[in-house]
Parts: sequence; structure tokens; C-alpha cells
Amino acid sequence: MTELEYPFDSGLILKKRKRLKRELLATGDNRIKKKIAVLGGSTTSDITSILELFLLNVGIEPEFYECEYAQFWQDVMFENEKLYEFSPDIVYIHTSIRNFTERVSVKMSESEVSLLLESEYKRFEEMWEKLKADFGAVIIQNNFEQPYYRLLGNKDASDIHGLTNFVTRLNLKFYEYAECNQSFFINDINYLSADFGLSKWSEPKWWYMYKYSLCLDAVPTLCYNIANIIKSFLGRNKKALALDLDNTLWGGVVGDDGVDKIVIGQETAEAEAYYEFQEYIKAQKDIGVLLTAASKNDEENALAGLNHSDAALSADDFISIKANWEPKDVNIRNTADELGLLPESFVFVDDNPAERMIVSSQLGVQAPPIESVDSYIKTLDRSGFFEVTSLSDDDLKRSEMYEANAKRNIQRAKFQSYNDYLSSLEMTAEIADFKPIDLQRITQLTNKSNQFNLTTKRFTQPEIEAVFESNDYIRLCGRLRDKFGDNGIVSVVIGKINNGALDIILWLMSCRVLKRDMEYAMLDTLVKKAYDMGIKKIIGYYYPTVKNKMVATLYKDFGFDKISGDDSGNTVWSLEVSSYQPKNKVIDVKEK
Amino acid sequence: MDRQDIIDRLNEVFRDVFDDDEIEVDEETTADDIEDWDSIEHINLISAVESEFGVRFKMGEVSGMNDVGEMISIIEERTEK
Repeated sequence: MTELEYPFDSGLILKKRKRLKRELLATGDNRIKKKIAVLGGSTTSDITSILELFLLNVGIEPEFYECEYAQFWQDVMFENEKLYEFSPDIVYIHTSIRNFTERVSVKMSESEVSLLLESEYKRFEEMWEKLKADFGAVIIQNNFEQPYYRLLGNKDASDIHGLTNFVTRLNLKFYEYAECNQSFFINDINYLSADFGLSKWSEPKWWYMYKYSLCLDAVPTLCYNIANIIKSFLGRNKKALALDLDNTLWGGVVGDDGVDKIVIGQETAEAEAYYEFQEYIKAQKDIGVLLTAASKNDEENALAGLNHSDAALSADDFISIKANWEPKDVNIRNTADELGLLPESFVFVDDNPAERMIVSSQLGVQAPPIESVDSYIKTLDRSGFFEVTSLSDDDLKRSEMYEANAKRNIQRAKFQSYNDYLSSLEMTAEIADFKPIDLQRITQLTNKSNQFNLTTKRFTQPEIEAVFESNDYIRLCGRLRDKFGDNGIVSVVIGKINNGALDIILWLMSCRVLKRDMEYAMLDTLVKKAYDMGIKKIIGYYYPTVKNKMVATLYKDFGFDKISGDDSGNTVWSLEVSSYQPKNKVIDVKEK
Repeated sequence: MDRQDIIDRLNEVFRDVFDDDEIEVDEETTADDIEDWDSIEHINLISAVESEFGVRFKMGEVSGMNDVGEMISIIEERTEK
């Protein structure tokens, strides 16, 4: 709902939170359930109630545990029974400089300051390590905001006796830990408080009166930020930008003004603003966001504008350019189909509010209210559509992979039969047990695959690690290459061994390799592994959701027999291992 | 703005904060009269009242308010200049 999209009205969210929650729950959306422990060094009740709204809004249904006031450390270190019973998937540690055990002082020697720094740090580190060991939970930890007064004035920043200096150094130590731990994320309140206004954020009366470490007004900003981190590591980020051209990527209308007259480059203030926005968009591509254009223009003019010599972007940066006079929602839907994405994974950027309204109402696509060109970057950036919690190789190469897909489509048109086409792709697959280096990507896939996903079972990274370390499973991870490029890891299957049978608890595949027979290659390997382990029977489960209709008959197509079904459409299927005939004929499979 | 105007606007704020369109506040209303009015909601309420009227309560006032009447008196005093 728009009330919970950036830029939001914090006062309204705080005041009407009960109504908002009621309305969110009334939509009956199917949401991922997650158990979140909020461990605070100050009052956290508002934080949980507002965080809940932002999470519900992005399809995540949290169940919360909150520690008693300021017991964040004790709860973990002394193993609070309730926390351990709750057993969180995610732990958010809401601490601030109010939680320092001792303040740095000018009376301390250099080594005493270092010792204090080390002991503050260790206190946190031992807590994180314990959380990791006991729950395997994902940890979200606040860094520290700058102090709201500076005893040493400007020197507070550079002198080791300054609290400002101390905060900076401690934060750096937190970041080092984050670098080495994939399931540990910093909630950057140091940036948020500066952006919000530190003197307002840290207004001390909130601490004196209610033991709040930040003012109530800042709570929605804080919670939006946390929700972005959570949605990102659960694989629920947006994937593509659909960009308008005229007055969005450059000033003026290229069809009317001519390419020489559009405003872009370094010559005027406005031209510079459009140029910097183009640079920002180009950088989005580098972090794995797909760029597409949706413009009401003749294609020739659109391309001329994109290839303007003073522009930062060029037509080559776009995976798809739709410049025509069709409605934009139609164009975006077509682009989504071509790329094998859902329209809702697009963000539509257009200066025209009427276009934004049509596209968002027709497709449910978010269309941020970008106002004037000097605020385009800020609006997109603060929205956190593409919040980065990990940069996997696949993220960095995504654009290339989709480009290769476009080439495959051209190739397909040349062949008489589909099988000829598949053979011409010269596909090779690597299908094998999980490897440690793949676990992050596997986790990501379990959380974002919706269409080709039989059980839609979501995993956190620690859960995947647990599956990886156990002997009770057959795990398969499939990577597909062809003559146009590497698709990366595209399919994951997990079977749980159960009294001589194998229960398939997860079977998913990325839609970018639909209709390539990869599912047959996966099944062949799975059956072979099961056979080698003396398993007689494989049991498949299909749980319908709004999005996974395409695999409703997958097990039937595989030759499984239906053994049961219920009123909600859940079905169970069985396959005798001994009677199976391999199905894949077009992919050369390597088991490494 | 007289006391009745203030009550009318306060009523809207109370209804929003407690998500209850049946609420009717008067001078004598206290936390005991509204089921959800606990210390946590009190903070949210005070903050919503502050932004509705563009006033800031002092620290001592927040904890010292005994009923809606006292709240109105403070708002009245802050807004008449």
C-alpha cells in the first residue's frame, strides 16, 4: 500500500498503525512467515509494531519476540528460556551509544582507550557468535550513531579521546565482522541518523522520558531500512527498472525537439542533473539490475536519444527497449514475459504521474513519485528497491545472462522443430551435490522462485547450511551452460530420506531456463542417486500457490503416479525408482 | 479555538490512535476509560496530539496529565498567543 512506500508520512504511519495493520491482514495475501527476535538496548515496542507493517507490505509475516527492557545481551548470554523456546530465524539487535558500558575519557591513556574499544567490541562479538551457534539465525545489528554532543568540539572526531572517534573506530570493527560473516548485516543507523538529522534523531528527551534511543518520528525510517535488509536477503528485491525516456533520462522531448536539443551532458545545471541520474542508473546495472526502456516514441528517436554523445547511458546498456505508441503497461508486461519475470519485479520510473498511475494500477508495479530531476536519485535510492545484502557472481553477471537469452530467442526462430533448436544450443549441465560456495545462491533461489517451485518452501542461509551438513538428504544443484553463455545455478532439488523412500521437499527452477529440458536432467540425476543409495520410491509434493500453476502437472509429466490429493489442490505423487527410464536427451550432463 | 474545538480534534486523534470510531472523549476521560490506553500507546498518543496541534509538551507535563481536560488546558495555553 502506498502509505508504506517511500516517501512515506511517518506521522500518519505512527498514528494509524492499527488501521494499517488491519487493512494489510485483510488482503489475505500468502506471506512468508519468519520468527524475528528484537533484542533492544532501549524501548522497542514501537519498533516491532511499525516493522511489522513494512514487512507485511512486502509479503513477509513476522512473529516477534521482544526481550525485556535493555536485556539484549543478557537474553543471549544467559540463555533466556523464552528466547530459546522461540528459536528465531532472524535476530535484530537494536543498540545505540546509550548502551556503551563505559564512556571514553580524556583521563585515559592510549592503551586504555584501545582496551575499552576492544572490550566493547568483544561483548558484541561473543553475543553474535553465540546467536550463530545456538540458532543459526540471521543477525541484523545496528552500528552506532554519532554522539549528539562533542566534548572536544571538532577534535572529537580525530582524537582517540573523543566519543565521535570512538564510535567511528568501533563501527569499523563491526564492519570487519560483517565482511567475514554472510548472515550478519549492519543496519546503518549512522547514515540514517545523519540523513534524518542527528539532533532530531537523538533528541534526548525521548531517552529521559521513555528510554527511546531515537525519537518516535524516526522509527518508521529505521523500520523501513530494516525491512529492506530482510526483504533483500530473502530474495524479494525488485529485479528490473522500466525507464521512461523523455524528461526522465533527459530533458525535453526527443521526437519534438530533435536529438541535438535534448538536455543531457555538462552544459547546463539541468543537463548535469540528467547526466548524474544516467550515471546512477548505469551503476544500477553494475549491481545486477536489469535496465529496460518503456517510452512513447518512434524507436528511431528513442535510440538517437539514448546514443546521444553526451549521455552516460547508451542503448547497449538496456536489455529491452520498447519505444512505440502502445500503452506502457502493455509494453512492460511484454518485456516481463520476454525476460521470464513477473511484472511486479519491475520498478517503473516516469516523470508523468498519469503514466505512473496507469502502470501501477494495471500491473501492481511500484512507480515512485519522482518529482524533479534533482531528486530522482534520492527518491530511487531511499526506496531501497535493490538493497544489496550480498553481491553474488550471478548478480554481477545478470545482464549478460539475459542478453544471451535474447540471442537464444533469435536462434529459436530459425529451427523447424523445438528439439532441433534445443540440440543446437549445445547445452551442458553440471548437476551435483551442494558446494559451500553455492549455498548463498541456493538460499536466494529458495526465497525468490515462485513460478517453477513445487512446494514454495523458503530457507534461510543457516537452514540451507544445516541441510548441507546432514546425511539425511539428497541435494542437487544444477548449473546450465550453452553456446551463448552460462546461466549460473538454475535449479535446486532437496529430497529427505525417509524409511527407504525419498520425500522431495524442494524442487525449483529459475524461469530463465524454462523449456530447456533441464528438469529432465535433474530428475535423471536424482533417480540415479536414489537408486545408488538403495531407495525404492520417490515421493513428490505439489502445493499450489497463486504463482506456481505451471508445475501443477509436473510430476504427472514425469511419470509419477498420483497417490493422494485434497480440497485445496495439494497433491502427492510417487515413482518406483526401478521402473524409471532416463528422459533427458539434449543436455550433456556432468556430475562433478 | 475554544475547548470544544480542541475536544473535537482530539477525538479524531484518539480514534486514529486506538483504531476505534466509537471513542468519544470529554474533559474527564482518563486512561482507565480506554481499554488500549497503556504506557506505550500513551507515547504514541502524545506524539500524535503534538503534531495535530503543532505543540510540544514539556517532559513534566507528559507524565503529569491526569485527564483529557488537563491536556486541553495545555493545548489551549500553547496555541493562544
